[in-house]
Amino acid sequence: MAKPEVDQSKRRFLVAATAGAGAVGAVAVATPFVSSMLPSERAKAAGAPVEVDISSCETGVLKTAEWRGKVIWIVKRSKQMLDDLPTLNDKLSDPLLEVDQQPEYCKNATRSIKPEVMVMIGLCTHLGCSPTPKFKSAEGDMGEEWKGGFLCPCHGSKFDLAGRVFKGSPAPINLEVPPHKYLSDNMLLIGVGQDGKEA
Amino acid sequence: MREHVNKSLTSAVAWIDERFPLTANWKAHLSEYYAPKNFNFWYYFGSLALLVLVIQILTGIFLTMNYKPDAGMAFASVEYIMRDVSWGWLIRYMHSTGASMFFVVVYLHMFRGLLYGSHRNPRELIWLFGVGIFLCLMGEAFFGYLLPWGQMSYWGAQVIINLFNSIPFIGPDISLWIRGDYTIADATLNRFFAFHVIALPLVLLGLVVAHIIALHEVGSNNPDGVEIKKHKDPKTHIPLDGIPFHPYYTVKDIVGVVVFLIVFSCVIFFAPEMGGYFLEANNFIPANPMVTPPHIAPVWYFTPYYSILRAVPPLFNSQFPGVVAMGASVLIFAALPWLDRSPVKSIRYRGGLYKRWLTVFVVSFLVLGYLGTEPTTVWGTFDKHVILLGGADRATVVARFCTAAYFLFFILMPWYTRIDKTKPVPERVTS
Repeated sequence: MAKPEVDQSKRRFLVAATAGAGAVGAVAVATPFVSSMLPSERAKAAGAPVEVDISSCETGVLKTAEWRGKVIWIVKRSKQMLDDLPTLNDKLSDPLLEVDQQPEYCKNATRSIKPEVMVMIGLCTHLGCSPTPKFKSAEGDMGEEWKGGFLCPCHGSKFDLAGRVFKGSPAPINLEVPPHKYLSDNMLLIGVGQDGKEA
Repeated sequence: MREHVNKSLTSAVAWIDERFPLTANWKAHLSEYYAPKNFNFWYYFGSLALLVLVIQILTGIFLTMNYKPDAGMAFASVEYIMRDVSWGWLIRYMHSTGASMFFVVVYLHMFRGLLYGSHRNPRELIWLFGVGIFLCLMGEAFFGYLLPWGQMSYWGAQVIINLFNSIPFIGPDISLWIRGDYTIADATLNRFFAFHVIALPLVLLGLVVAHIIALHEVGSNNPDGVEIKKHKDPKTHIPLDGIPFHPYYTVKDIVGVVVFLIVFSCVIFFAPEMGGYFLEANNFIPANPMVTPPHIAPVWYFTPYYSILRAVPPLFNSQFPGVVAMGASVLIFAALPWLDRSPVKSIRYRGGLYKRWLTVFVVSFLVLGYLGTEPTTVWGTFDKHVILLGGADRATVVARFCTAAYFLFFILMPWYTRIDKTKPVPERVTS
């Protein structure tokens, strides 16, 4: 009996088709496993926007809130503090806000909706530590030219009272302004912007 | 009577051998695995690493019996193990000290490789499996450190996961996926527990088996860096400079084990926190996402790489270069077998160039390691009038210098190992 010829090209096709189908199957099976590691529905719900009442805020005192487990800073800035902001421009890495770290409606000199109310995510853009408020001018070890701001305890990044980073800091960019809007004069909503955009 | 017992033992072994290669494996890996007869002090650390692995797995199993991987309960459950579980404190301190000792013996084991050229042909794959083991260990240490859910656990993980944020374009999505929440949360703790107790240990065990199988295939290197298989007894085909691993090296290793266990016990009983280097003070405070501890430093075994991360300045408003440098500083070990072009393996026959570069590397590694435990302001700043460096943190400048030296050791290796003046290598091992 003659040996039947092996059809190599058919065999190659079948091997490739089987391997291809297997690969597609593997990706399909991997999808639920990889997706299971994304935030769950409960985590997403807990990450919903939060309301913050700022009527009790005093000028020059830090108020903190929590949104998605992150620290939100709210500070009512004095006129002096606001006046100092533009004088710092030449010491800052990004005084004109070229890096997209704030919603469009906060891309202004004070990085805020209302000039006096600062709303900021209180996590350093270097490696996510929470900076310490250093509000007083020339405070302690901050040097005589210090006009108030924040100092990151981890690696020494410095920020002004609009969350803008000083040159020479390890943090590469300004602090992030979260999307937010005013529900009323003293009621803030963090997590949804006044342009309707969510984070 | 005795004869009778011996006889039934022999027949039991024969019964097994027909069904499973018990005697064959015993011979291949122990009683007839011929290792060079000139092993020295540096050859303890491989078997010690195996011992620590066993300690970590055993103590780990017993810790999971009482630990709760839940953000609300984790910290308290560790304190419960420390205070209320019978001998829980001992098991926990064995595990936490074991983690640091693992890195001590593995770093010395790797240094042995650099001394005697154990990474060179034909042992490249052993070395690569070893690099895999090292990466796995780093993963184990990182995931395990989150589990006590203290302040350092939390903020250390925050810093490391945020490194992924700096990957261009997809970074924030990757770190969200790693955390499973918008911040480090219960979901993160739960999955880190899964990685720490099952996923990585399985990979680690597989790699250790591969490491040893590859080693026993090509045979061990030795302080002279000569191949003992070149000179075999013509009749028995046993290497003339080889001795059976068992009983010779098993007994030698027992001495190492005893010395190691003395040191290990001293740490566990007298200095389990090792002055803050093995267990950090801030980690005895429960994790608080709202407050960052004033000084964040990784555990000592990560500090050289952490220093490299801090030393590289941001580029184009991005932290990414530092992250790449840190990753490269670990992964570059994998390239070592191909970077080393010296005609000889052992430091005994290498020239002064390699010895100097190795010294530079070790010093840089240690200085980087020290600086990584301290804030960048530890040595103050340069005087304002110093050219170029005026006003810069001294520690940062030194760290940059050491980072450069660290990488130059590898990058220039093909060049300086080739032109180095080597000494003639003996045919057989020296006594």
